[in-house]
Amino acid sequence: MAEVKAVRPRRKGPDLKKALNIFLFLLPAILLFVGILVAPIAVSLYRSLQKWNGFSPGTFIGLKNYKELFTSGSIKWNTALKNSLLLAFFSVFVQLPFALLLALLLGRKYKGERFFLSVFFMPVLISTVVIGQLWLKIYNPDYGLLNTFLDLVHLSSWKHVWVGEVETALGSIIVPTIWQYVGYHMLLMYAGVKGVSPDLREAAMLDGATNWQVDRYVVIPIIKPIICTSVIFAVTGSLKTYDLVRILTEGGPFQSTEVPSTLLENMLFLRNRYGMGSAISVMLIILCFAFALVISAVFKNRDE
Amino acid sequence: MEVYFTSKKPKPVVKVLVYILLIVWAFINLFPIYFMFTFALKSNEEIFGMNIIGLPKEWLWSNFAAAMKTGNMGLYFFNSVLVTVASIAISIMAAMMATYAITRIKWKGASFTNAFFMLGLTIPLQASIVPVYVVLSKLHWLNHYTTLIIPYSAFTLSMSILICTGFMVEIPYDLDEAARIDGCGLWGTFFRIIVPLLKPALSTIGIYAFLQCWNEFMFANVFISDSAHRTLPVGIKALSGQHTTDWGPIGAALVIATFPTLIVYIFLSRKIQDSFIAGAVKG
Repeated sequence: MAEVKAVRPRRKGPDLKKALNIFLFLLPAILLFVGILVAPIAVSLYRSLQKWNGFSPGTFIGLKNYKELFTSGSIKWNTALKNSLLLAFFSVFVQLPFALLLALLLGRKYKGERFFLSVFFMPVLISTVVIGQLWLKIYNPDYGLLNTFLDLVHLSSWKHVWVGEVETALGSIIVPTIWQYVGYHMLLMYAGVKGVSPDLREAAMLDGATNWQVDRYVVIPIIKPIICTSVIFAVTGSLKTYDLVRILTEGGPFQSTEVPSTLLENMLFLRNRYGMGSAISVMLIILCFAFALVISAVFKNRDE
Repeated sequence: MEVYFTSKKPKPVVKVLVYILLIVWAFINLFPIYFMFTFALKSNEEIFGMNIIGLPKEWLWSNFAAAMKTGNMGLYFFNSVLVTVASIAISIMAAMMATYAITRIKWKGASFTNAFFMLGLTIPLQASIVPVYVVLSKLHWLNHYTTLIIPYSAFTLSMSILICTGFMVEIPYDLDEAARIDGCGLWGTFFRIIVPLLKPALSTIGIYAFLQCWNEFMFANVFISDSAHRTLPVGIKALSGQHTTDWGPIGAALVIATFPTLIVYIFLSRKIQDSFIAGAVKG
């Protein structure tokens, strides 16, 4: 005890030293975070108000980039936004319900629960570039599995140049994206389902509820925060999508499958329009935060 | 009681339907991976007609030799390992130090600082790509390993801090007090007491960061244009551009990029799943 008393006053004294230590502990993280994320975003915000080719000094043009983004047909922003929102729609209304179904079923202690869980999660771990290459082999018009299969079942008329036709290209991107991440959302929801106390389930069953009723009225309300997280991830993930588009279609045919991130890259490398590229990245930040806020607000409202 | 519960068990029909669903979905998940491993070992003749989905009749290991030689997959594999390991190391070290300052030292700005770092969970990577690209190209700093290592460390930082916080608040605070009584300063406490106790956190963060960095494509594609510093995802894209008609070596390259992940997953599936849950559910 005597020692503790002796220590206390000493700690109070060197406040400056403590502040310096805190600063030093935080320094590496702050350097990385500010240098690579915060400062660049501030620069993006500033540059998005300029006409700028990346090298000569930019000229201030106010909100013209944003105006052009939404009104000019040649930038394809509206197409890109529509495509990523469509992807978000399918993620939320096809992928998540299916993931929830799998999570609820696996939560009921079927034999092989661990095996199925591990298999369903596996595609999440594989690089999207690898996934994209595999699906290219499935979609290949001459030798791909899909067209070969259609020949086999005498549905040759259904064959398509899947990633090369305007009608099918976007669908060809949406299908593997949804397929790959079902396991991710399933895992999060499964963790939630497993966290529900078995006593609750048993009590409800004793009252005569069926498994489905227990899921509907006991489990789902409890895992709502996780569902909310999943919806946010699904929507922001769709807005940020890049890899599969680059691999499968390169934004084509006729730029019909562009998404915001591929447009952003085009602005840098094909058009030297760095100001416009900055405007696109600012729009992406705004959209991601706006959707995240709106979605959590919707979930909160429902609770009350 | 017994009788009551058995009557509540799902009907056999439902059970069979559930198993059919689970097995079909498992098949849909496993098939592309099986397909990848088999066409990596086949000749074009087999892939394009004779034997599309069967096991290879003739095991063509030369596909792997071709992927290594013409596709440079050996170099890209090395690059990916180097970039990934360095990024994880930096991210973990920075995260442990920052988390220590946030959770174990009492000061006014701690919770604000934490909230500040958590912004990184929602910010899209795309947000910083234009300015970072311009700065790097002006400094002639594109096409280095550090071109990827520094951004990757930054992008995994928020998640690392989040996971680290979960583990660090579990460590009893009495330990700090005891260490201080024994004459350890803040740094001594950090290195001698806290870091050794964070070992379980390291694997959780490491796994998460590994997958982020190993599979990252956008920055690698934009920042790296020379072939000497390509990582696996970019290398695969380049290879598939060269070999549009020769599928075997592409398959081999896909296997080379994927097998480390799959091997680790076979042995550590639960640990890997836990690290994804820790990253999402606690946030």
